Amino acid sequence: MGMKPRLSSLLPIGITGLMTAIIVLVVVIILSNIFWFGHSHLSWEFLSTAPREGMTAGGIFPAIFGTVALVLLMTVAVVPIGVVTAIYLSEYARETSPLTRAVRMAVSNLAGVPSIVFGLFGLGFFIQFLGTGIDRAFRFEMTFGQPCLLWAAMTLAVLNMPVVIVSTEEALKQVPEDYRHASLALGASKWQTIWRVILPQALPGILTGAILAISRGAGEVAPIMFTGAAYYLPYLPKALSDQFMELGYHVYVMATQSPDVEATQPILYGTVFVLLAVTFLLNLSAIALRSVLRRRFAGT
Amino acid sequence: MIALVATSTIASILLIFLFVIKEALPILTSAKVQQEASLVRFFNTTIWQPVSEWPRYGFAPLILGTFKVTLVALLFAIPVGVGAALFTSEFAPRRTKEFLKPIVEILAGIPSVVLGFFALIVLASFLQNTLGYDSRLNAFTAGIALSFAVIPTIFSISEDALTAVPKSLREASLALGADRWQTAWRVTLPAAQAGILASILLGLGRAIGETMIVLMASGNASLVTASLFDSTRSLSATIAAELGEVVFGDPHYNTLFFIGTLLFTMTFLVNLGANLMVDRLKRKLAGKL
Repeated sequence: MGMKPRLSSLLPIGITGLMTAIIVLVVVIILSNIFWFGHSHLSWEFLSTAPREGMTAGGIFPAIFGTVALVLLMTVAVVPIGVVTAIYLSEYARETSPLTRAVRMAVSNLAGVPSIVFGLFGLGFFIQFLGTGIDRAFRFEMTFGQPCLLWAAMTLAVLNMPVVIVSTEEALKQVPEDYRHASLALGASKWQTIWRVILPQALPGILTGAILAISRGAGEVAPIMFTGAAYYLPYLPKALSDQFMELGYHVYVMATQSPDVEATQPILYGTVFVLLAVTFLLNLSAIALRSVLRRRFAGT
Repeated sequence: MIALVATSTIASILLIFLFVIKEALPILTSAKVQQEASLVRFFNTTIWQPVSEWPRYGFAPLILGTFKVTLVALLFAIPVGVGAALFTSEFAPRRTKEFLKPIVEILAGIPSVVLGFFALIVLASFLQNTLGYDSRLNAFTAGIALSFAVIPTIFSISEDALTAVPKSLREASLALGADRWQTAWRVTLPAAQAGILASILLGLGRAIGETMIVLMASGNASLVTASLFDSTRSLSATIAAELGEVVFGDPHYNTLFFIGTLLFTMTFLVNLGANLMVDRLKRKLAGKL
């Protein structure tokens, strides 16, 4: 590997090493701090009951329930659209066509829109425009024209479109060309090839995208603050037009608006621990699935 | 049919732009709104005081706040992110490399509300005790916490760009007698310049738009001061803090959407620049190799 570094080069190399160590240190400190103060508060009661006494006691069940409902709805909306877009980009589009380039530009720019702007968009488009429109059309009393589970999930779905598209496309690209040629040579149509050959092979990659989207969706707060998440609710959401509690928003509310910071702190740490554990487990399974896909095609 | 679904991404971008602007438009068109909030009124006062008998909507403190927080974040994130990327791609043994990348992915996966929580509860006290300033929550604290969210972006894209530099360049440099640091600094880094610049731009876009971290760690006082250690309020945090209590169709409501339009436009331009650079780099490398 070339010459040994000269003495005068050891210092700058050391500095880059130090920069790397800073990143590792930051990650270790954040995780151990949250684990240390968070794990002791975990109990079945904490996970299965509602907050009591102005959130200074009790559990976080409604927030867990709301988060799960939110990300499930979001997934149902975003995965089909994202996967079909990825199929278009990977299997149909010609790289040079203006449409393809526009779609690609839209995907990468969508990924860069600030999350709070998605919140504004959700409020302006889904709630004020679509929701109020639906209420008027069906003569509902204020049902969909207000912040609720449905619109928060749709807002997150738009936000997560790039995540699903990018990872699905990557998965599709990893399926070797031979598979496509073999299938087409046997007389299958293009669509049959995609549906029966390529998609099954790329399934782990598609799941990876969905999981990454869920993990990101579970942690985003800014887009749902004004589109459906509630400060505190004495009941669980029963319909799409109900508001809901959510883990990330619950963390924000407890950390910044609690009347009794001391009493809330252990609960706060417990909640952060749960939120982080959920996102990590999701991310870990995404990484594992991705390596399954890589190994599948490692020989080809 | 498939192409039609694919255009939903383009439609989304357009709809976002359209509907955020739509609610901001009365600032420019409605005489009634303009009595309280107009382009002139945004800049003829340095006071942001939307909830009072005489509401004032001076943008100066908010723009300054976003600038301060972003400045601190980038001053910290650029050396750390690029330095670590250089170390990972040029000097780290393979084992270390395989350990470092997931570490950065973990950092990238931490939700911003958790980083904001950590900044508020732990980092703020630590920094205050170490540096001894008055205001516990300020632009500096928020900027450092924000850099934790920006570092993964800068690191990953810089690392990709450095790794993509052809081996032959490094080998030529080493063969001419340069050592590994000289090669990394004078050959590899300049060759990856465009990618690194793009990573910094994407980091900048993230920093300008990030909300929860800044909202929780900056103190949110709309002051116009030069100090980084004063409590400060950013554009993004202002939307998050005030939209919940605002009356629909009120000048304050329109103003918050106007700020949203501003944020959207700024990040859009920054990201567009970065993406065009990455695009060109990819084509250049594809043509070269």
